[in-house]
Amino acid sequence: MTRTGFVFANLLRKKTRTVLTLLSVVTAFLLFGLLQAVNVMFSAGADFVGATRLVTQARVSFTQSLPMRLLPEVEAIPGVARVMWQQWFGAVWQENTQLIFFAADPGRLHSVYPEYVMPDQQWRAFEETRTGMIVGRNLAKQYGWHIGDKVPIASNIFPQKDGSKAWIFDLVGIYDGKDEEWQRNTNVGYINYAYFDEANQFGSGFAGTFILRLADPDQAQQIAKTIDARFENSPDETKTQTEKDFNIGFFKQIGDIGLIVRWILFAVFFTLLLVVGNTIAQSVRERIPELAILKTLGFTDGNVLSFVLAEAAVMCVIGGLLGLGLATMIGIVIGGGGNFPLAVDRQVWITGVLAIVGLSLAVGLLPALRASRLSIVDALAGR
Amino acid sequence: MVRVSNVYKSYVRGKQTVEVLHGLSLEIPKGDFVALMGPSGSGKTTLLNLIGGLDQPTSGEILVGGQRIDQLSGGQLARWRARNVGFVFQFYNLMPVLTAERNIELPLLLTGLSAAQRRKSVAVALEVVGLTDRARHKPRELSGGQEQRVAIARALVSDPTILICDEPTGDLDRKTADEILGLVQVLNRDHGKTIVMVTHDPKAAEFARRTLHLEKGQLLEQAAA
Repeated sequence: MTRTGFVFANLLRKKTRTVLTLLSVVTAFLLFGLLQAVNVMFSAGADFVGATRLVTQARVSFTQSLPMRLLPEVEAIPGVARVMWQQWFGAVWQENTQLIFFAADPGRLHSVYPEYVMPDQQWRAFEETRTGMIVGRNLAKQYGWHIGDKVPIASNIFPQKDGSKAWIFDLVGIYDGKDEEWQRNTNVGYINYAYFDEANQFGSGFAGTFILRLADPDQAQQIAKTIDARFENSPDETKTQTEKDFNIGFFKQIGDIGLIVRWILFAVFFTLLLVVGNTIAQSVRERIPELAILKTLGFTDGNVLSFVLAEAAVMCVIGGLLGLGLATMIGIVIGGGGNFPLAVDRQVWITGVLAIVGLSLAVGLLPALRASRLSIVDALAGR
Repeated sequence: MVRVSNVYKSYVRGKQTVEVLHGLSLEIPKGDFVALMGPSGSGKTTLLNLIGGLDQPTSGEILVGGQRIDQLSGGQLARWRARNVGFVFQFYNLMPVLTAERNIELPLLLTGLSAAQRRKSVAVALEVVGLTDRARHKPRELSGGQEQRVAIARALVSDPTILICDEPTGDLDRKTADEILGLVQVLNRDHGKTIVMVTHDPKAAEFARRTLHLEKGQLLEQAAA
């Protein structure tokens, strides 16, 4: 027998109680894993883009368009290497599936987003095909689209000049990401801006946002200020921010996901704390004479503390890892495609492991301290 | 082996201070087998706890095997107990989740012995108490007498110099009690263990070499067994 064996023997003293407690830990960490993945997904939309780009939008809201006549002025600002513009298309697939589609100039998209990897031949086809569209690998996979397909996409914002909201595009390219994170975020489609600009009923010569690739990312704040100052007090005042900040603002339309997730997790872990904490405390109360005997035999206060803490830790570690493992599998099953790629990734695991350590200490420390401070004489006398 | 000099011990119970031992002194030579008798509240168990290093005196000196144990810290005392003292209690106090052999092995986890050495020591202790065939049984699968034998084996396994027995037969029938006391006597006579035993039972005290009587926290007499 080892000390570890002794810890496990004590945990299995009341199997039903241990299994039920373990299940509650598993469930909590399953929720934790999935919710953290949601949180990471929304913040990753901000994080993974890096700091090489700025986004210029209308000062009031990005739902307001900017006139294309601003383009030369933006391009002329020192430090701006390349500018693209894009317009939110409001794409709807089939009955009511919202997709993330933008109208963009193919050449400029290619140069501003070098992270998108696609064969040159497909980039050329996108430039040369007025009704062309390209989509990310995940999107193509999810809807079973292949190059050469004619894809009917409706827009819930922009009708064609004949009043029809149904558009048909030729899929000419499927791009991938340069690395794992970009590959996970291949859920956006682009249509050719030139065609959109001509064919939509609401007129031409406007863009939702300008996206600026910078020569030197360290100049981002200065350049943003310069752009906004340039258009201050004009009919088209602008708000320029890093792509990361823009994405955060975009996702906040849905709500402060981070805050919502934190509150749900707080409730889950508070309940878990009570459940597991009570179980460990009860388990210590039940065997005070046994703990006193351990001390009688020569186990020090520290030994007894570590036994009880180890029991709490084993429960939290096994339950936590199982929960996170389950969340990872669910993430793989349901998160492969869609507009929002859900993935229980390394960041979620790191946070999860920290939560396991924190929970172990939170539920185990007080009962362990109580056990370690037992007076042998009083405990053996039942006082 | 054991020298208790002018020991006082008092406890605080609520708002009251209860004085249990009043300047008690005694000596127990190495290899002795002493029975402590006396009415409830006379301080027998308190004295036993002090000799066994489970508690500290309010004042006075306690030397066991040349070591002033009244001056040791909690941690030092724990380590001292692990090396020097074996305990046997009235209600056996075995770990219900462990088998007999695992219960006996428990104190050896505090030593640097290898798993093989520990198994060997456990086997010897089981042999001494005559329970080799019950090694894999848990306490609830054993009779009271067998449980007490396991407790004695656990007390013996780390080869302590002194055995502290608190009413070791208080929960057993006469026949089983005599068997257990016979075993304790063998440990004293054949294995040279110094034994201090608290008992209410005069028949149990007859197994000791001598009996000390306590009353109101003081030693009344010393009588040769």
